[in-house]
Amino acid sequence: MANWPLLTFTTFLPLVGAVAIFFVRGTQEDVARNARYVALWTTIITFVLSLFIWINFDPANPAYQMVERREWIPDFNITYHMGVDGISVLFVILSTFLMPLCILASWESVQTRVKEYMIAFLVLETLMIGMFCSLDFVLFYMFFEGVLIPMFLIIGVWGGPRRVYAAFKFFLYTLLGSVLMLIAILVMYFQAGTTDIPTITATAFPRNMQIWLWLAFFASFAVKVPMWPVHTWLPDAHVEAPTAGSVILAGVLLKMGGYGFLRFNIPMLPEATEFFTPLVYTLSVIAVIYTSLVALAQEDMKKLIAYSSVAHMGFVTIGMFALNEQGIQGSIFQMLSHGIVSGALFLCVGVVYDRLHTREIARYGGLVHRMPKYAVVFLFMTMASVGLPGTSGFVGEFLVLLGAFRDNTWVAMLAATGMILGAAYALWLYRRIVYGKLTKEDVKHHMFEMNGREIAVFVPLIIVVLWMGIYPTSFLKVTEASTAQLIQTYQSKLAAAASSVSVAAR
Amino acid sequence: MEVLVVFLPLLAFLVAGSIALFAGSPDAHHGHGHDHGHDSHGGHGHHGPDWRDRAAQFVTCGALLVCAVLSWILFFQVTGHGGPRTVQLFTWMDSGALEVSWALRVDQLTAVMLVVVNTVSAMVHVYSVGYMSHDPNKPRFMAYLSLFTFCMLMLVTADNLVQLFFGWEGVGLASYLLINFWYDKPSANNAAMKAFIVNRVGDFGFVLGIFALFVLVGSVEFDTIFAKAPELVGQKITFLSWQFDALTCACLLLFIGAMGKSAQLGLHTWLPDAMEGPTPVSALIHAATMVTAGVFMICRLSPVFEYAPDALAVVTIVGGLTAIVAATIGFTQFDIKRVIAYSTMSQLGYMFFAAGVSAYGAAMFHLFTHAFFKALLFLGAGSVIHAMSDEQDMRNMGGIWRLIPVTYALMWIGSLALAGIPVFAGFYSKDIVLEAAFADHSAHGTFVFWLGIAAAFLTAFYSWRLLFMAFHGKPRANERVMAHVHESPLIMTVPLAVLAVGAVFAGMLFNHSFVGEGREHFWGAAIKVLHENDTLEAAHHVPGWVPMLPLIVGLVGIALAYVLYIMMPGLPGRIANAAKGAHQFLYNKWYFDELYDTLFVKPARWLGYGLWKAGDGAVIDGVGPDGIAAATQDVAARASRLQSGYVYHYAFAMVIGVVALVVWLSMFG
Repeated sequence: MANWPLLTFTTFLPLVGAVAIFFVRGTQEDVARNARYVALWTTIITFVLSLFIWINFDPANPAYQMVERREWIPDFNITYHMGVDGISVLFVILSTFLMPLCILASWESVQTRVKEYMIAFLVLETLMIGMFCSLDFVLFYMFFEGVLIPMFLIIGVWGGPRRVYAAFKFFLYTLLGSVLMLIAILVMYFQAGTTDIPTITATAFPRNMQIWLWLAFFASFAVKVPMWPVHTWLPDAHVEAPTAGSVILAGVLLKMGGYGFLRFNIPMLPEATEFFTPLVYTLSVIAVIYTSLVALAQEDMKKLIAYSSVAHMGFVTIGMFALNEQGIQGSIFQMLSHGIVSGALFLCVGVVYDRLHTREIARYGGLVHRMPKYAVVFLFMTMASVGLPGTSGFVGEFLVLLGAFRDNTWVAMLAATGMILGAAYALWLYRRIVYGKLTKEDVKHHMFEMNGREIAVFVPLIIVVLWMGIYPTSFLKVTEASTAQLIQTYQSKLAAAASSVSVAAR
Repeated sequence: MEVLVVFLPLLAFLVAGSIALFAGSPDAHHGHGHDHGHDSHGGHGHHGPDWRDRAAQFVTCGALLVCAVLSWILFFQVTGHGGPRTVQLFTWMDSGALEVSWALRVDQLTAVMLVVVNTVSAMVHVYSVGYMSHDPNKPRFMAYLSLFTFCMLMLVTADNLVQLFFGWEGVGLASYLLINFWYDKPSANNAAMKAFIVNRVGDFGFVLGIFALFVLVGSVEFDTIFAKAPELVGQKITFLSWQFDALTCACLLLFIGAMGKSAQLGLHTWLPDAMEGPTPVSALIHAATMVTAGVFMICRLSPVFEYAPDALAVVTIVGGLTAIVAATIGFTQFDIKRVIAYSTMSQLGYMFFAAGVSAYGAAMFHLFTHAFFKALLFLGAGSVIHAMSDEQDMRNMGGIWRLIPVTYALMWIGSLALAGIPVFAGFYSKDIVLEAAFADHSAHGTFVFWLGIAAAFLTAFYSWRLLFMAFHGKPRANERVMAHVHESPLIMTVPLAVLAVGAVFAGMLFNHSFVGEGREHFWGAAIKVLHENDTLEAAHHVPGWVPMLPLIVGLVGIALAYVLYIMMPGLPGRIANAAKGAHQFLYNKWYFDELYDTLFVKPARWLGYGLWKAGDGAVIDGVGPDGIAAATQDVAARASRLQSGYVYHYAFAMVIGVVALVVWLSMFG
């Protein structure tokens, strides 16, 4: 088992499924049904396979594991290099875990071009897993950019009425950042002579160059996270995307930004990181407070949750730039938790959207009378989003704020106001949708309790949220060693830079 | 046994919750969309006993009765020869230096809380079987009560600050759900949200306090913190941009949390609104247990607060002000539950200033006795409301004492205990609180002593105002309601009687061990008082008039209530009219709600909307993506206009080009 190219298998298995669906023939109905089942089984098997990655992973070892390396473009010293460490491994699991749930959630709500839809999702899965496993810049960049294409199509083809505007906004925003990152990668290649990520991480870049490289990477990742003020693509993209698209967007795509910071900006460009930390703090704190306030004013369910995502990701960026164990582990944990919780919240919206075909909050009310089980699930996820202890949301938020407090009390204090505002907008949303008298005619007639398939989607999510909330050690243990190593790399590089400066000054 | 005491209610919650959720909801068959005007029961059709209801009630009540018995056993073990113990469960969080575990710490302080929580909770569970007998959602109600009890138990058995916070937030959630139990009512929805959000403001301080202690000590475990606290005296911490005394800063931040949960002045506005919940909830959560969590927290952290005298002074003053402000509001209200709610807030103020003058034993003692008599008063009020067909306004009551004699007698016992009349429980605990404040011999101690005396006068006055208005005088309700007035069934009066026993004897029996000579042996290491701060010792040597004064003002208050509401019932209205401004100010609760609405709620809404439309819409999108898109289109349009097809346009452009080239070459070439 250990000699298997496990990462490659996991990465490309969904692509195999996509090819299989491509060749499905028959009547339209047959094609749709077969496409659904092939997609579901492919994603489930991929998930099971990815669990072996977790099992084989040695948490005590901070280095890259299950490494695969093949010659690819030897003339330019580019290799096919895959591997996972404590920072990336759980994101792989997150992606494979959410995927079957997305397929299930799209079971009935997607009726047009089902075959193409499933292909898009499976291709997306391959690209996401590949992105988290790549240890070569060229490979990484291909996966990172490739993700845009299926997502662009998912929003643009299966989205809501303003889908074309939203799809282009999403595409252009993220592409603009990526172009700068490509330039940065080229610069690094000419400096280091390789595109191998571990090698580049070990390379020291001059301070001035670091500043520019850092900004170029930042442009790309800040859009992905998204950080204020480049977040405005997110609400539009979420609102227009189909439910499963929103789940992947919030659940995995946003994490690519945070992952990028941890993998590139911090270990490769430590001096610039130190220099720009105040900038990141400022933008993150603005994000937390500003978007929480904006969320308070929303009239569209999906927009509200989208804005809350920006606020939650603000916590994430604060945590990682605090650069201590609690901050970084907390931010990774917060990303995983947010992936599950916001995904579940979008699924909650999807459940009622499928019944009433509107996202307008005012059209709902009194759902608890007709859908008590839904009310419980929605409340549970709302509380997880608010960060109630015992749910995953608390652990991430608590560790991030603790880490921030150790570094800068102003940041911790201002970010902690997000706890209050978060409770306000989340409960306000819940109250308007679920509580109150059942007065609206269409709500009375169309809102029936969740069916077995819908419940089956939520059960694993609830279990994981509780598991992460009550026994987070399973997850923290995985990230511990690599986090410690990251901090150590960062600090030793800073110390080396400082001593070389003092030598030069002499 | 510790594990059983804490987790039985969780089990009961899961069982009752599953029944509520999966066993088919009776809500679907009947009781749909009723307007639950006030405490809602009676009126709409009586449902026969249903197996789901019976099962849920049996499981939850049974579990809680077992818990109550076990906690008394634990109480005697721990405070007797057994001593404190801690059961480690498993690790919760482990990141860098931060290590948090799930553990059950049962020491003397916890034992007292276990007894309070489980006894009152068991009584409230049983009482609810009767009180909620007409409600279609009994399993859900019982499940919430058990969930609350579990969270409260996790709170009191925590051996670190983070688990304490878990319980803290858990009871907040349970409180939110129970206030919102009748979710059709918009007022209940609002009250529940308000409770949760105001508490979050407190939690904001609480977590920052936890962080500060972690940064100072490197741990969140109580034992480690307590051991290190003496070394931290005089140390500074930079919080925000200023230097503060480390312990004072941490303690004050934690105290903000306590203020939220225990409805202290400033963060109290949620408590009166929380009366939207069913009355058993008010008795359990908003009188006896949850709201006292802040007092418990400060007593638990006494080994830290003892080294932060400035923080203690703040606690004292906030407590004293809360006691008096709440009392002034209480005596103008007409809603029977709100009167008791303000009285609760006022009594919590007493507990806080007791803790503030280092009389932690007295604070816990008052917490202990208060739990019995205040739960009794609330449940008694519930019995009155039940009898009056859901009427809560005292102006529409009166003349019913002969009709519900048992409730009437029990309300008297509760009021006597509250007013601090000798023999009854409140007499012992309130007296020692006031004596300790006096014996502190500090400016703030004396200040709150006099505030406390004034509040004691008002307490006695509004308690008897309540008794006289609700039970005496001419009946003011309509005939239909009066014809229906009936004594509550045994399932409601028996729990009341049990609580009444506590309200009579709790003071007498535990005076010696809580605050008397036996206190050091009783509390052991659970409470730490520095020798020079030992106000409880000093309280035994105060001048003779000090213990007499609260009793005297209490009797005067009762007498005044008798004069105003029995002898001359027209007078209070005339007084209110004569001092209209003052009366309006007090009746409108010092306008705290209006103030907060203007200061925080409206600006937040306004800002949110403004940032969305102006910030995101006009500025970011306008300048950013939409602006660039528009600009691109604009440039493209201009560029296309250049291709006009006229030869002279192209010729002209070529001439300009050639000229420009020549100029450029001649200048730089």
